[in-house]
Amino acid sequence: MNAVSTSARANRRKARLWRALMLSVALLYVAVLLLAPLGGIIYYALKEGMGEVGHTFRQSDVRHAFYLTAIIMVVTVIVTTFFGIIVALVLARDRFVGKRLVSALVDLPLAVSPVIVGLMAVLLFGRGGWFEPFFAARGIQVIFALPSMILVTIFISIPFVIREVVPVLQELGMEEEQAAWTLGASRLQTFRRVTLPNIRWGLLYGIALSAARSIGEVGAVLIVSGSLQGQTETATLYILRAFDQYQEQQAYIVALTLASFSIVMLIGIETLKRRASREAG
Amino acid sequence: MAGSIQVRGLTKSFGAFRAVDDVTFEAAEGTITALLGPSGSGKSTVLRMIAGLEQPDAGSVWVAGEELTEASVQDRRLGFVFQHYALFRHMTVRKNVAFGLSVRRVDKGTQRERVDELLELVGLAPFGDRYPDQLSGGQRQRVALARALAPRPQVLLLDEPFGALDARVRQELRAWLDHLHRELGVTSLFVTHDQEEALELANEIVVMNHGRVEQVGPADAIYNQPATPFVAAFVGASNVLRGTVWERHVHFGHSIVAGAHEIPDGAEAIAYIRPHDIEITNEAGATSFPVAVERRTDMGWMSKLHLRLEDGQPLVAQLPNEEIVGVEAGQRLFANLRNPKVFAADRADVESVTVPGAIVAPAETQTEAQAEAQV
Repeated sequence: MNAVSTSARANRRKARLWRALMLSVALLYVAVLLLAPLGGIIYYALKEGMGEVGHTFRQSDVRHAFYLTAIIMVVTVIVTTFFGIIVALVLARDRFVGKRLVSALVDLPLAVSPVIVGLMAVLLFGRGGWFEPFFAARGIQVIFALPSMILVTIFISIPFVIREVVPVLQELGMEEEQAAWTLGASRLQTFRRVTLPNIRWGLLYGIALSAARSIGEVGAVLIVSGSLQGQTETATLYILRAFDQYQEQQAYIVALTLASFSIVMLIGIETLKRRASREAG
Repeated sequence: MAGSIQVRGLTKSFGAFRAVDDVTFEAAEGTITALLGPSGSGKSTVLRMIAGLEQPDAGSVWVAGEELTEASVQDRRLGFVFQHYALFRHMTVRKNVAFGLSVRRVDKGTQRERVDELLELVGLAPFGDRYPDQLSGGQRQRVALARALAPRPQVLLLDEPFGALDARVRQELRAWLDHLHRELGVTSLFVTHDQEEALELANEIVVMNHGRVEQVGPADAIYNQPATPFVAAFVGASNVLRGTVWERHVHFGHSIVAGAHEIPDGAEAIAYIRPHDIEITNEAGATSFPVAVERRTDMGWMSKLHLRLEDGQPLVAQLPNEEIVGVEAGQRLFANLRNPKVFAADRADVESVTVPGAIVAPAETQTEAQAEAQV
């Protein structure tokens, strides 16, 4: 009997040991890959004090870069949210020939390097591109200008809303919506009052990822924009140039600002979500 | 506030599968009608076509004398109760019940009154501020019912309303729905695979199988005068005996039952006999014949007797204990089979269990629903 309890104790100790090991690996992994770089940026960005931060933000090219990044993000979020919801509804609810293909295509931007996306845009809209005469005739500059920068960013950000919302819709099923119809709700009322509240957390996550992706995009935007200082230079492109020109301090400050924005956004959503689920009991 | 429901020639296919095939029946104003059938018989599809959630390939739907076949779901103004409640999970009970009023822009004061009234009616007045996931299954179903009733629909459609509940709650809710219907008088049509539920609740039962209507009638007609072998086998437990017809009687060995009208001599026939329609006697009578008692299972106030006919076909009788005092396994007694329902064997539905001697026990549907409730 003594022997049994001893081996039981040994087993328990072994289980505890395993747990501790797993936990330390997980924490270490997160710390090394996420926290260390973040800490590094914070340290270097603020090393010279707040005066340098203020100085950086007073520079007109930095301001313009943030302004461009904001515009691109807002347009991208609006477009990928609106069409993302529609595509998600179609993928989750409808059956049609080629549905698998569409579903796979939606993931394409995740699989293709942004640089290639940029090159494709240049092929289409650049000199001699298929769509170039159309826009040139109307005096619209697409390549090396904001339109192409928004376009490639949208392309790259397409999957996030769709990928977050489709599983939520599938899990939800159609019954609540059909119940709303039988109660007299129009399609729009049903979407606004039944579907949207049910998918809101998935949707918000998708939007947050989409926003984070759009402010962080470099490769595609670099190729289509030409990265003209003060004109087609986004915040990330500014960071690249600042590094090249040995203005590391400014680069760190801008990088920290972008990173903070994403982090605050994700924490904000997490907080809202937690509060909402507490309300719902 | 009530209207009749008529469906005429409703037909619907899903791909090559004909789910509903030329279904016609009427549910009279103010009655409860049951659509009864096994799973896959098309009964839910009929209900969904009446509601407008599914479009028929052919046929028409009429409510209160008005054709609704082409009308949108929203315009039909029918109450619909889903098997899995389909409550809006992000809304409180009050908001759920008020939904049908608020989308029609009924003013807030009227909404509040109507919601109070309905919550009172379904006995959930103290639960108005709860969310659906804070309620039990039975409570959720009552919220679903209150929600469907709030806009004062002309008719109420219920899709397996008790299917996802456990047996005891189901009994309670059944009695309660019966009471509610008496109070409100709203024409109700419900889908069920549970024959007991249909027999108990419905004024009229529409029995469906393979997308077709097998029989329409009140409970006693369905039970006592089944129009088809399927109805005989599906509604209520039955013994299935196979024999040959001579002069309007079915013969199995030396045993005979009457009732084989319109079946030619020499044809194979199947007689369906209820377990409680068997009389056991000690002596031979004019219509009785010998049986061997193989087993007796006492079930409280009554017993199950496993009998065997002379030609080897088994037979199960269920009789009150006072009628079979002293009957034991091993005895040779006499049985008198009352109310046999006889059909020509070639009419028998292959898929309903018509193996000679098998006893069909539709009570198994209950376990199916229970298994579902556990998911």
